[in-house]
Amino acid sequence: MKDQTVTKKLMFYFPRCECDKPIIYHLVKDHHLIVNVFRAKVTPEEEGYLVLDVTGTEEEIQDGIDFVKTFNVTVNYSGKGVIRDEELCSHCGYCVPYCPPKALKIESGSTRKIAYDESKCIECLACIRICPFNACTSAF
Amino acid sequence: MKTYEQINHRIESGKAVVLTADEIMDYVDKKGLHAAAEEVDVVTTATFGPMCSSGCFLNFGHSKPKIRMSEAWIADVLVYTGLAAVDVYLGCTQLRHGDPANMYPPGEFRYGGGHVIEDLVAGKKLQLFALSYGTDCYPLREIRTYFTIKDLNQAIMVNPRNCYQNYNVAINRSDHTIYTYMGKLEPRQKNANYCSAGQLSPLLNDPYYDTIGVGTRVWLAGAQGHVYAEGTQHAGGVARTPEGVPMGGAGTLALTADMKQMRKEFVRGVSFIGYGVSLALGIGIPIPILNEEVLKRACVRDRDILAPVVDYGTDYPQNTGKVIGHVNYEQLRSGRIEVDGRMVEVGSLSSYYKALEIANLLADEIRKGDFLLAAPISPLGRDAKMKPLVKREPPR
Repeated sequence: MKDQTVTKKLMFYFPRCECDKPIIYHLVKDHHLIVNVFRAKVTPEEEGYLVLDVTGTEEEIQDGIDFVKTFNVTVNYSGKGVIRDEELCSHCGYCVPYCPPKALKIESGSTRKIAYDESKCIECLACIRICPFNACTSAF
Repeated sequence: MKTYEQINHRIESGKAVVLTADEIMDYVDKKGLHAAAEEVDVVTTATFGPMCSSGCFLNFGHSKPKIRMSEAWIADVLVYTGLAAVDVYLGCTQLRHGDPANMYPPGEFRYGGGHVIEDLVAGKKLQLFALSYGTDCYPLREIRTYFTIKDLNQAIMVNPRNCYQNYNVAINRSDHTIYTYMGKLEPRQKNANYCSAGQLSPLLNDPYYDTIGVGTRVWLAGAQGHVYAEGTQHAGGVARTPEGVPMGGAGTLALTADMKQMRKEFVRGVSFIGYGVSLALGIGIPIPILNEEVLKRACVRDRDILAPVVDYGTDYPQNTGKVIGHVNYEQLRSGRIEVDGRMVEVGSLSSYYKALEIANLLADEIRKGDFLLAAPISPLGRDAKMKPLVKREPPR
């Protein structure tokens, strides 16, 4: 089981001085992780945000995260690029057809409650633009 | 056969049998119509969705010295002041002053009347800015102050049109994306949107307005209010299925209730990209089970309700009246409908989840004896047709 590969969605926050370092390159080359970047942004303050999937064994992923943390980078273990406020959501379901990976979907047929599976979110931000209730926002 | 008085007596004594419009069908299938009509006192219906003809009258009380407001803004949203000195009407689709609207399309429409109403009900502090031309009796020419709903003498929601009996399914047959009050519609029929609680919706459970009329007590965002008139554009005289269910818009209700009694989770400002602002409201209406016929109609199921599919790319804006076809709400809720032999993804602007919550909240209030039914004092019309606005030459 130890060698079984898993995929984890992560969000990195890079403080000002770390944006020029090729951290992703080292994740691939030295830690043998398969990387799929969904969204990245460098702000005018030179801070960086990155939301990505990493695929590898648990051990490789942990080593990679430990490596990333040596750069003073904050690691969130679930995709927090898009945040859905459960209280603001009215569960109308308007967003559902616009969500390409079906991260937003009708959870229950009888109550028609909407569920958000953030591990499936590809950060396209369609929900943020269209939600009439402003229930979805971006962390950056 | 039961009367309103008998049902209210059972409610007051805590013995009323109340089911939601979501539960009643299976109950009747199990018990039979006759037995169920004897047993069940009330079926609760509900809806939660954007309802653009909504707003409120506010009374601010008098400042020292007094002002006769001739122009006024709440949180920079213009209110109507063509009333007595410190009465205003705030409409939910009014945009905030300075909003660029669709100048750079599609506009975001982040804040407007609907949001002000939500903030008022949530108890937030808001700015009032008012101007006046000044009179001998009302000398003050300008006031800027801050208030909450508690500071107001009255905050009465008065909505000329809520609870559309049925509604269009919007689709876009043009070759470009359009932004409508029915949401963002992709070109070439890529998606569709509908807006109704279907089998839970008040007027779909009472299609001929047998129990819902002027005077009916309603649950309006948590407050007890009532139907004060037929809604604007009320047009009962539409095509109906053999069971009497309208195959399009049809009936509407004009509702009022005290905003100070409302719950903020059922009064929500909404922003439609590229279109504008509005107010989403939660409404519950009890149907008294007076006889078998009333119960039978309250047993309507999503599969029995047909909604017209309309092209918002051309036919809706050009008012051609053309309908592409009809689909039922069971199909709509499956998330896909067939149009021109192709499957189209469907979304909803009306929240069934919230409607169900409201139907249950209302049912609980009735069971506890806190919500009594009111018999209509006059019925809603069944025959009226919708009139168009005719462009005429100036009179000579």
